[in-house]
Amino acid sequence: MKRIGVFVCHCGTNIAATVDVVKVVEAAKLEPGVVHAAEYPYLCSEAGQNMIIKAVDEFGLTGVVVSACSPRMHETTFRKAAAKAGLNPFMVEISNIREQCSWIHKDSKDGTEKSIILTRAAIAKVHLNEPLHPGESKVTKRALVIGGGIAGIQTALDIAEAGFPVDIVESTPSIGGKMAQLDKTFPTLDCSACILTPKMVDAAAHENITLHTYSEIEKVEGFVGDFTITIRKKARYVDMKNCTGCGLCYEKCPVKKAPSEFEQGLIKRTAIYTPFAQAVPNVPVIDKTQCIKLKTGKCGLCEKVCTPKAIVFDQQDELITEKYGAVIIATGYDQISLEKFGEYSYNSPDVITGLEFERLTNAAGPTGGDLIRLSDKKKPRSVTFIQCIGSRDTSKRGKPYCSKICCMYTAKHAMLIRDKYPQIEVNVFYIDVRTPGKNFDEFYRRSAEEYGVNYIKGQVGKIIDQGEFLTLQSVDMLGGKRMDLQTDLVVLATAIEPVKSVRIIASMLTASIDTNNFMTEAHPKLKPVESPTAGVFLSGVCQGPKDIPETVAQAGATAAKVIGLLVKDKLMTNPCTAESNEKFCNGCSACTKVCPYGAIAYDDGIVHVNKALCQGCGACAVTCPSGAMDLQGFSNRQLMAEVDAICR
Amino acid sequence: MSVGEFKPLVVAFCCNWCSYAGADLAGTSRLQYPAEVKIIKVPCSCRVNPLFVLRAFQKGADGVIICGCHPGDCHYSTGNYYTRRRITLLYSMLDYLGIEKGRTHLEWVSAAEGVKFATVMNKFVEQVYELGENRRLEDWRCKS
Amino acid sequence: MTNMSRDVLHTLSSTSIEKCMSCGRCSASCPVADEMNIMPHQFVALLKRREVEKLMESNTLWKCLSCFACIERCPRGVEPAKIVEASRLAVIRQQGESHISADEIPKYLESESDLPQQLLVSAFRKYRG
Repeated sequence: MKRIGVFVCHCGTNIAATVDVVKVVEAAKLEPGVVHAAEYPYLCSEAGQNMIIKAVDEFGLTGVVVSACSPRMHETTFRKAAAKAGLNPFMVEISNIREQCSWIHKDSKDGTEKSIILTRAAIAKVHLNEPLHPGESKVTKRALVIGGGIAGIQTALDIAEAGFPVDIVESTPSIGGKMAQLDKTFPTLDCSACILTPKMVDAAAHENITLHTYSEIEKVEGFVGDFTITIRKKARYVDMKNCTGCGLCYEKCPVKKAPSEFEQGLIKRTAIYTPFAQAVPNVPVIDKTQCIKLKTGKCGLCEKVCTPKAIVFDQQDELITEKYGAVIIATGYDQISLEKFGEYSYNSPDVITGLEFERLTNAAGPTGGDLIRLSDKKKPRSVTFIQCIGSRDTSKRGKPYCSKICCMYTAKHAMLIRDKYPQIEVNVFYIDVRTPGKNFDEFYRRSAEEYGVNYIKGQVGKIIDQGEFLTLQSVDMLGGKRMDLQTDLVVLATAIEPVKSVRIIASMLTASIDTNNFMTEAHPKLKPVESPTAGVFLSGVCQGPKDIPETVAQAGATAAKVIGLLVKDKLMTNPCTAESNEKFCNGCSACTKVCPYGAIAYDDGIVHVNKALCQGCGACAVTCPSGAMDLQGFSNRQLMAEVDAICR
Repeated sequence: MSVGEFKPLVVAFCCNWCSYAGADLAGTSRLQYPAEVKIIKVPCSCRVNPLFVLRAFQKGADGVIICGCHPGDCHYSTGNYYTRRRITLLYSMLDYLGIEKGRTHLEWVSAAEGVKFATVMNKFVEQVYELGENRRLEDWRCKS
Repeated sequence: MTNMSRDVLHTLSSTSIEKCMSCGRCSASCPVADEMNIMPHQFVALLKRREVEKLMESNTLWKCLSCFACIERCPRGVEPAKIVEASRLAVIRQQGESHISADEIPKYLESESDLPQQLLVSAFRKYRG
């Protein structure tokens, strides 16, 4: 019989306010094998841990139950404490009486009763715990960054600087992401391209960074420290080694009808194209849905003008397989579709989104930075911005969250217009102006106070395109009046959402994702850049809306965590692995078929588990018809004992 | 025992990666769900041997709920698919044994779905209340 | 004049004003907000402040077309038109507070004022004998 110690935490008043901890201690003392039970205000504190360590020695404990917060919070803390006391760390079990009792049950009687039962279950389990010893697994010292926007570039640069090789996989033909499309950046109004392009070049030139542009993740295998990932390099139809980036090919391309993705569809591009002048790598791609040669076999003009013979019409997709120790998701965002918002007349050329405005005001954009109405090419007399289009929207049409970047970029846009064209009147319809951040509110106030931007607390119900101008059916809430405002150009601060493909990537990596398709972090406060899946890290908007300063800061934090993983030579593996009892194994080999890791070898009519490969899911243990296969740490007997203790 | 006194016992098996974290989120968000629910942590929903469910019923549980990651999101890639098949088979067996279908339930709850976790538990416990006490599999030899 | 409480209006409208984030999209969408002395967003705000009497005296109740544009466009699911409707019911349900009698109806039917159908339906509903 084990000698078990039970320790019940007050967690200040978090537990003690609802759960009668003394009663839990008294009840625990009556359980078989319990030789010591005590309570303490904060068991996770140093004094609390010391109390456990002392008790192990004093009472000769061979098993410890801690009734406290979730094991996801402090299981490691208490296991380490047990190890200090000379106990095998896996002789500790946690019963979660905070998240599962005190925080959700108002009734003290219910909470206490349930705490007693949960503690009883943990005691029953600990009776059957066996000392476990973690194995070791290797760490491949190479990282993969998915997404080549500012988040991905910064994370990759920081990791590469620490001396580890990094690969960036980017689905479009160039790295740069959304930041490359922006004109100026708040709150300093420095030019986006001027600060981003050097980073793009750095990333391409860095000896530790390999770029895979126009590429996607095809397959993921393995786990932390040892991922095997297949990357599909889509056929570019241009040889990257031979191409000099002269640009003759797209000058001659006769197809000029494809909407330019980089220019937000404001202008057309050719079938062979580089998305923008500073693209990295500066190698064009052929859009196979547009190219006449690839569709009909005729044309081939680009091939004729290309002197270095870089055009390869029969190029095929290429699959590359590489091993990585860590994966960083940095897939970024898109603006939501405005399909469901018919009242804003987005189909009118004079109603545009924030990102489209960036291109329209950008000196490298389709109009050379000249702000015009796209319908009649005239200079607008007034421009109106509408905030929160699809953001903070709990109806099925929009997104329930605040997109966070719109208030600031709208202040920026408004300021840019007033600076360049003081005669243009600028209105902003807002619900709340949210500008927390260093020098952010000052920036917004400047747009109103110094640049004379007209902020109207209110919203627009409907936009009517009347050809010459647009009429906005709107309300000024502070003035308490309905307005039919006439304006020439409308900019919709459209909600942002994670790119659609992140769902597939998250599935492949088995990283979790929330209801809005944002990646879930391992802990919202304490582990904000790690995914709950070991070895998978998050950078940028894929985790939640954020602006450039925040993204760069997070990218650095992510890199630090990745470096922390890659400097290790070995990782401790989870000792809760499957184990087959050779005496019971009947050699049916059913377990080998359900193992997702191929960790079970069938040899001579008997199975063996490869502990290095086994991740401990337990599928095999349930499949085994003879009860030979079991999962250490979650054995059949342990789980049955928990069931019995709860149902007693 | 009169109907008024009936307080069901519900055992919930939650996978470590999604549903247990979802339960934690329900806790941190202070979302109420009945104290009748007692959670057992398993690494993956596929660790839940149908025998555990039968054992719970045998020992007097009135309802058993199994929660795992959404299909496609399993930490171990395919574990929840096995769970889905096993539990579907278990449903038929329980039906054969005369245990109402409403007493066993399989639900996908992700780590981000604290609200869903609480809602699912509230609904399930209510359902078990309606079904009343489970005596069918109870092993009287186990009673002291 | 009335003992209607906010809770009664809550029950009648079965919608929740707590969800309102004061964006103003209801008033911006309302085709007759110009004519109302209390616009839809103010209507919700006054109800939050429990100033039910002001609402019941306002002409908003009789100007609202029940076109439901405010409900359609509200990003938070507040349903202002239902609150107006509930207030309307709260007023017409009171004893001796009829706004129209049966005898008056034909007059409106014959007039060439192109009254909307919806208004006529509303008029019948408001009839208290």
